[in-house]
Amino acid sequence: MSAGIDLENVCCDFGSFRAVDTANVSIQPGEFFSFLGPSGCGKTTILRMISGFIDPTEGQIRIGGKDMKGQRPNQRPTALIFQNLALFPLMPIWENITFGLEVRGVDKVTRRAKAEELLRLVDLPGAGDKMVSQLSGGQKQRVAIARALAVEPAVMLLDEPLSALDLKLRQHMRAELRAIQKRTGVTFIYITHDQGEALAMSDRVGVMSQGRIQQIADPRDIYNNPVNGFVASFVGENNIFEGKAAAPSEGLAGFETAHGTFRARLAPDAVGKAVKLYVRPEHTVLTAKAGKENSVPVTITEVSFEGAFITVHGIGDSGKTITAEIRNDGSATVPDVGAKLHASFDAARASLLPDANVRA
Amino acid sequence: MQDLLRRYGPGLTGLISLLVAFWLVMLVIVPNITLFEQSFRPYLPVTEVGGPRDIYSFNNYLKVFDGDVTKTFFGHEYRIPVHVLTFSLTIWYSILVTITCFAIAYPLAFYLAKVVSPKSLPTLFLLLFVPLWVSEVLRAFAWWIILALKGPLNALLLFIGAIDKPVRWIVDYDAVMVGLVYTYVLFMLFPIYNAISSLDTNQIEAADDLGAPWWKIHLRIVMPHAKPGIASGSVMVFMLSAGSLLVPSILGSTTSQWFTQTIDQWFKDALDWNTASAYAFLLLILCTVFVSFAMWVFKVKLSDIAK
Ligand SMILES: Nc1ncnc2c1ncn2[C@@H]1O[C@H](COP(=O)(O)OP(=O)(O)O)[C@@H](O)[C@H]1O
Ligand SMILES: [Mg+2]
Repeated sequence: MSAGIDLENVCCDFGSFRAVDTANVSIQPGEFFSFLGPSGCGKTTILRMISGFIDPTEGQIRIGGKDMKGQRPNQRPTALIFQNLALFPLMPIWENITFGLEVRGVDKVTRRAKAEELLRLVDLPGAGDKMVSQLSGGQKQRVAIARALAVEPAVMLLDEPLSALDLKLRQHMRAELRAIQKRTGVTFIYITHDQGEALAMSDRVGVMSQGRIQQIADPRDIYNNPVNGFVASFVGENNIFEGKAAAPSEGLAGFETAHGTFRARLAPDAVGKAVKLYVRPEHTVLTAKAGKENSVPVTITEVSFEGAFITVHGIGDSGKTITAEIRNDGSATVPDVGAKLHASFDAARASLLPDANVRA
Repeated sequence: MQDLLRRYGPGLTGLISLLVAFWLVMLVIVPNITLFEQSFRPYLPVTEVGGPRDIYSFNNYLKVFDGDVTKTFFGHEYRIPVHVLTFSLTIWYSILVTITCFAIAYPLAFYLAKVVSPKSLPTLFLLLFVPLWVSEVLRAFAWWIILALKGPLNALLLFIGAIDKPVRWIVDYDAVMVGLVYTYVLFMLFPIYNAISSLDTNQIEAADDLGAPWWKIHLRIVMPHAKPGIASGSVMVFMLSAGSLLVPSILGSTTSQWFTQTIDQWFKDALDWNTASAYAFLLLILCTVFVSFAMWVFKVKLSDIAK
């Protein structure tokens, strides 16, 4: 069972401070949806409104088409996984997992069996009689997921569940979470400030800044076609040029900067706004001769080897620093520090974007 | 000790140790040992102290079994030594006081720890503390006045029409209970408040989110977490109540007798310090046994209470 969730013009005020501003999003049943944004942008607040711990100041939240106004957390078909997990330290694992069934009056034998079944699902068979303090971080994580799944929620809400784990475990748990979501078919709403996590796991991502949802799209679109400078910068690296855009033709517009005149994509709704040019390092190429267009002469200042790719930093004549990424597959020669080259980019790979959509 | 030596040098450390030792030995251990020793000796005229009749025995302790009274309990008549009866009633009413204190303190502690906004906490704590600034004697007398037949409580109840003739409140152990609860409820409140404050609010929300009704959240999450606080509060209130002399003396009725009053009478009326000491140690030992038993029943460890 899974349910869709609709937020319609949802706002949340704390006193005079607006933590969430006019959020509109429609999450499909069975979808893995992430809210991505820096700390303090209102992600937890959105999640707590969906689970019923806070009432929206304005707007409507629907789960499975039903208005949730006035419904207590224990009346909603949601299960929240807290940022700090909030397992019950005084109960053994199996009681933790089946607490939601205990309060529904399920008998002990059935609960014990259900606990074992869920422990197998999260790959922790036989851990039922241990205490919470005996488990490692990753194991606690799994118990929290099992505890939430036990009540068979239509929607799982996860608040930065992997942030306390170390890198290796985090990557493993990403795949695990995604697999559990696929297996159970439950709608997952996932919160994170880690763009890698959001892009790797989600069907769709909602990027947030200062209480506003900036863009909702699938991970590729978020990365390849960000709608504004905030999204572009939050999900990856960029070379950014300031300047003035001319009128676009066929989606491309001229862009006058202190480093020369470039051409880049300009979305129709960005026409007339103040924009900057964003181009990703992996779309920035370094060549011995100047390119036809969008080319800047640079002197290489640093070459750092990252493994799968090599990051090259250069500085232009006008003092502008430029970063390029070369794949470590032998297809391109790695320049030396001090080399004088030309950095250029394809106009179709560069975007002219306004700044973030924030309150004035 | 090593730490003290390093910080204050041998001179000051020696002085501190000496003072602590003096306080412990001269002011705590010696008087108690003296009384303990006396409690095994008979009460004799001065001339016979140290004489042939001054020998150790349990006679003083066995005096609690002297002098039966007849009582009825649910229509069943039985005889019971009067001091054993007093002792049993003292324990019984101390248990009731402890339970009442818990019933008042637990909701209040939860409210203070988890519901109230932190901004108004100082004011609320001040309000709770103010009565403590008044001496215990005055507080007991205040209740005596309030509960008197022609006192303000009856006047108020008559005025609002809740009763139509004055109620005698200071009867049997009722006023003693009121006084003890009022005097010792804060000793229950603070340990429970501390324990509940240390509970992660997310655990309450998690239980709520999983569908638990409010009473289940308290039974399964809050109370187990607060158990050490509840235990130390209960032990304190129970021991203080059973050992209280002032409140039962002031608020007692003609039909109430607290065990401490019996001890007091041995000291002051009979001037028999030997039996008085024996009774005092009896109270201490039996209360300790009772508390240990209660802790065993509720599976509370001593280390929980020390926290
Ligand atoms: N109960 C509250 N009272 C006042 N301000 C709050 C409260 N909860 C959150 N905030 C504020 O709302 C903003 C968003 O918080 P939150 O949703 O927790 O952010 P995130 O989870 O994205 O880090 C923050 O600036 C935070 O300080
Ligand atoms: Mg958060």
